[in-house]
Amino acid sequence: MPAAQNIGLGFEIYFLFKNLLSNRDENWLSADSCSRFSRSSFVVVNRCVFRYRTKLPLPLTTHFPHSMQKHNAIWQFFASVKLALVTISLLAVTSIIGTLIPQKKPFAFYAGEYGDQLARLFHVLDIPDMYSSWWFVSLLALLCFNLIICSLDRFPAAWKQITADGLARPTDRLATLPTSTSWQVATGISATANRLTDLLRDDGWKPARKDQPDHTLLFCQKGAWTRTGVYIVHASILVIFLGGVIGAIGGFKGSMVIPETMQRDRVALFGSQSFENLGFTVRCNSFLVDFYPNGAPKDYVSSLTIIEDGKEILTREIRVNDPLTYRGITFYQSSYQSFQDFLITIENTAADLRESFIVEFQKQERWPEEGLRFGVINARAMGQSVVSSKLWISDDQSAPVTVWLDKTDTAEVQLGERNYLVGARQMYTTGLQVAKDPGVWWVYAGCSLMLIGLYIAFFTSHRRLWVLVSAADNGATVLLAGSANKNRPGFTRTMEELEQLLRTEQHD
Amino acid sequence: MDSSQLLGITTFTYLFASGLYVALLVFRSARLGFIATTFTALALLVQTAGIILRWIESYQMGIGHAPLSNMYESVVFFAWMIIVIYLGIEWKFKHRAIGAFAVPLAFLAMAYASFAPINKGINPLVPALQSNWLIAHVLTCFVGYAAFAIAAALALMYLIKAAASNRRQEAGLLPSLRVLDDIIHKCLIFGFIWLSAGIITGAVWANSAWGTYWSWDPKETWSLITWFVYAFTLHIRYTRGISGNAIAWLSLLGFLAVIFTYYGVNFLLSGLHSYA
Repeated sequence: MPAAQNIGLGFEIYFLFKNLLSNRDENWLSADSCSRFSRSSFVVVNRCVFRYRTKLPLPLTTHFPHSMQKHNAIWQFFASVKLALVTISLLAVTSIIGTLIPQKKPFAFYAGEYGDQLARLFHVLDIPDMYSSWWFVSLLALLCFNLIICSLDRFPAAWKQITADGLARPTDRLATLPTSTSWQVATGISATANRLTDLLRDDGWKPARKDQPDHTLLFCQKGAWTRTGVYIVHASILVIFLGGVIGAIGGFKGSMVIPETMQRDRVALFGSQSFENLGFTVRCNSFLVDFYPNGAPKDYVSSLTIIEDGKEILTREIRVNDPLTYRGITFYQSSYQSFQDFLITIENTAADLRESFIVEFQKQERWPEEGLRFGVINARAMGQSVVSSKLWISDDQSAPVTVWLDKTDTAEVQLGERNYLVGARQMYTTGLQVAKDPGVWWVYAGCSLMLIGLYIAFFTSHRRLWVLVSAADNGATVLLAGSANKNRPGFTRTMEELEQLLRTEQHD
Repeated sequence: MDSSQLLGITTFTYLFASGLYVALLVFRSARLGFIATTFTALALLVQTAGIILRWIESYQMGIGHAPLSNMYESVVFFAWMIIVIYLGIEWKFKHRAIGAFAVPLAFLAMAYASFAPINKGINPLVPALQSNWLIAHVLTCFVGYAAFAIAAALALMYLIKAAASNRRQEAGLLPSLRVLDDIIHKCLIFGFIWLSAGIITGAVWANSAWGTYWSWDPKETWSLITWFVYAFTLHIRYTRGISGNAIAWLSLLGFLAVIFTYYGVNFLLSGLHSYA
């Protein structure tokens, strides 16, 4: 997505928000290009706010510290899960369009396929590039904004649960917890509490203790932090979007087409007519395509050399799935093109002279310094790809030599007194995809965070338990009570085992 | 004995086991249930052997790669994963009746793999698929898909049971609505994590092969649509306390999205995922 659009959109949302807060709509219809968006959203916003007010007069955000925002309908609107559900549904449904209608084709394609009128409608609605259209990006931005406000709105309540002091809980309300059980013991309050504290410690809990004249309360918990899981997931989505924006602003994507033996120093950017200068030069030494016996492609390999300030910095082979990165710019093997031309290399082994020539099929070429004439006179091909070629070479003094050469083969030929190492193969152009994406590590960080967050949110729970030892005739009463915010059946089993443990030990 | 014979035996054993599970619903005999589970487990073992053998065969052909590289192999793995997850659920929740809905899914997948006009050969990997991410990506996606398949089977049970209890009929051995709802939910969150991991591994792979982690290719887009459907489902449950019928219907809708992502995109739409 283009950077300008992103920024523009953020601005638009900001204005939408600001205007709604100030409740002045006279300065709404600015003449900027995005006013369509502003107006239509405003209507939707108003209606939803109205419905929200009538349906839920008392929002559940009593923990939010700023009383101003607490009663603010706009805040409530953006904090609502209902908005998230609507946005997610809209994103899911509208995403389908771009999978049914081919994307990023020229206007003529749509006109031919769907008729002129429909094509024009598509154009107006940015359907040909819908995933970076103003309305789709607005939906994504709305989702982000909703996510932020929604999380800010709910986090304080979660925080309160995380940091709550269990010992402060009124003892008369313990028996009403989801799992609670009680039994009598013959020992006194203090002795019983001491023993239970030890047992809980042995079982891996860390009990806190509060002594009162007529009772002792023990409290322990596990996994209080797991309540942050859902916020980690929400934050991870924002980090991923941030990575996307960083990549869109600070990076580029494009392609380079480099014929063998040639070098290039700029990238043709996707989606525009412009170029990006690399700041260094890339040479394609060779390109190789290899096939399986059944004709399916096996390997595409380009040998690339990076040249900076006239110096060869490094030479490496790249393949599909094995790109080369230099100065934050990554080169991916993406395509190739075969020529009718051939690449002939000749090396005078004795004099250590080496030269490459690009020669048309069945045309003659010369190497004047060595007095040679040569050409490819025949070739065997597999599809578009030449597998072997027949080289003819002469020094005009001795008998000409012909030799069949496989793709990467070289052969030694003798012409009079001199020995030459010759190679001939079809000439290729390698097609590289070139990308610079400084946001990709943000995206990966966000993805990792998402998986961690999902795990915490779904598979870990905040378990709290209280043990109340209170005075009774001939000893004390023990009340064991607990709660968990997830996996309640599992917690019930834990509590049953714990009760067993706490009760059996005392008979020893 | 080659891998295709083993997988053929698997197909028919799943069919037989499905029949046993359905018979269990009708005749309510505990022994039938035990036999059904035994046959399912046996079929799973045979299938596991078949998949491993296919892997070995590919190495014998000199083009060794994990058997996860085309439609046929992925459907076989899908069926395998459905049974693994189903047996896990049966073991954990002790409700064999679920098998009458889950095992037929594995049979249908195997039957499709065996009889549909798709390429069943072991083919060498084209350059785009030659990556260690292949296993990670396919594995994570299909664990998710299989969990969603089971959720859909359970959702169907839920809706049948709910309809029956509305008419004051008894729906036999089916687990109670509360238990079904609970297992559906667990399958959904399990599947959701794996689907997320599948999308992420796909994105990382795409970035290492093409230099772009997200290109709104139809397959990517449909996986995201599927993700949205399940995200929606989980959110209405967590935040609005909606469970039961609505979740069951959404599980079915989500599974339709899975099927379209998996199958529909390959055959109806064009894109980067044309190989599998």
